[in-house]
Amino acid sequence: MLPSFAYVRPTTLKAAVAALAAPGTRAHAGGTDLLGCLRDRVFPADTLVSLAGLPELVGVTPTAEGGLRLGAMTTVATVAGHPDIAARYRALAEAAAAVASPQLRNQGTLGGNLCQRPRCWYFRGDFHCARKGGGKCFAVDGENRYHCVFGGETCFIVHPSDTAPALVALDALVRLAGAGGSRVVPLEKFFVPPSADFTRETVLEPGEVLTEVVVPAPPAGARSTYRKVRARGAWDFALAGAAVSLGIEGGRVKHARVVLSGAAPIPWRVPAAEQALIGHRLDGATIARAADAAVAGAEPLADNAYKVPLLRCAVEEALTALNS
Amino acid sequence: MEATRRTIRLVVNGKPRSIEVAAHETLLAALKERLYLTGAKEGCGVGECGACTVLLDGRAVNACLVLAVEADGRELGTIEGEARPDGSLSALQRAFIDHAALQCGFCTPGMVLSARALLRRNPRPSREEIVEAIAGNLCRCTGYEPVIDAIAAAAEEEAAEGSVVPPAASAGAGEGRGP
Repeated sequence: MLPSFAYVRPTTLKAAVAALAAPGTRAHAGGTDLLGCLRDRVFPADTLVSLAGLPELVGVTPTAEGGLRLGAMTTVATVAGHPDIAARYRALAEAAAAVASPQLRNQGTLGGNLCQRPRCWYFRGDFHCARKGGGKCFAVDGENRYHCVFGGETCFIVHPSDTAPALVALDALVRLAGAGGSRVVPLEKFFVPPSADFTRETVLEPGEVLTEVVVPAPPAGARSTYRKVRARGAWDFALAGAAVSLGIEGGRVKHARVVLSGAAPIPWRVPAAEQALIGHRLDGATIARAADAAVAGAEPLADNAYKVPLLRCAVEEALTALNS
Repeated sequence: MEATRRTIRLVVNGKPRSIEVAAHETLLAALKERLYLTGAKEGCGVGECGACTVLLDGRAVNACLVLAVEADGRELGTIEGEARPDGSLSALQRAFIDHAALQCGFCTPGMVLSARALLRRNPRPSREEIVEAIAGNLCRCTGYEPVIDAIAAAAEEEAAEGSVVPPAASAGAGEGRGP
């Protein structure tokens, strides 16, 4: 049973932002994560502010600069099946197609996929953990086979999104609307690591809402892919994954982004792996060096050391796929 | 407007309906308790099992994770709308019987509606596309193979009959694509 709450559906962004400025409100996009959190009492809400009355937040349109603007209320299914995304931002199409199940992709939105809460079973369960304002992380010395191997500090969640690592690899920007107007931040800076603040996952302030994602024009010779490793062949979060975006000119890598999923509390960009690629031909030796670099410095917990070779192989497979 | 209750209007299996619902009521609860349509089942209640699958504007969704108020103004399809107008079973329903694609039956309404969403959009799906279309529907009895066989057989029969309504131009993008 869901706890009781009020529901409003503003028809202007201004009204939505105003409604969200009130304490106890939560934005409702697709609701697939939110309703589960409310049902399980992960956090309360007095009022849900539905974004369904804002059609301007839905859709995929070209930008004047040769990129694409994706409204935050665009469903994950639409992102997965959009021909321009498949043609020019393959990593994003593949990541969106790998999200959850058909039903959840039909209901879940791109903005919601970026703003979803962690899946850590202590966070979701009856534990007053660090992220919920308690004193400690229960995972670090507890059951931690699905937790992070990078970036864990005070809190050891992994970021659950598939589209987030793909969009970070594609240098996406997000627009955040608030009472005083809107601001644009690189998606990479949208996510908050535990070292900065372990009580929140994003830089969204109370009363702010994510309205759109913009992917810039791909670099010359662009190719990208997303590799997701799950415990089973369907409907699951990533145990490990890699989003890779490259620009290859004259047979050499000129531009590289390597971003791990299932690895860290935020989509985990690995500059050392990118440097191992840039300036080189994408051959087996280069791929192996980059894959090694991608997992150098991993700090597994008691039960999740298996993730290190999985992550390495996810990077290797993604790069190998881009080489063919 | 009172923010904790709302009157919503929706089209259910082709018929316009108007119901008053609580703000925190799921579409699944409204189906069962306000519309007395009990075909959709509550399994997990968190979007993992697919037993509550319904068609919202032609697309398969988990009714347990949709607020009833969010269905305002939309078209809803449930298993009760799957049979032909004369009450006889659809080719898809008959194929589930013919292929023994169910045992306990708890997953079957959701399974059939996921299949229906697929066939509306893609009347001649590959086996892989069928597998992906039911990836959000758990079945603990059949091992899935008879379900896949049934959907494949129904697709052939319906395509031969030409009985499938073509999907709307806007529907169908992406759902069911392989990872």
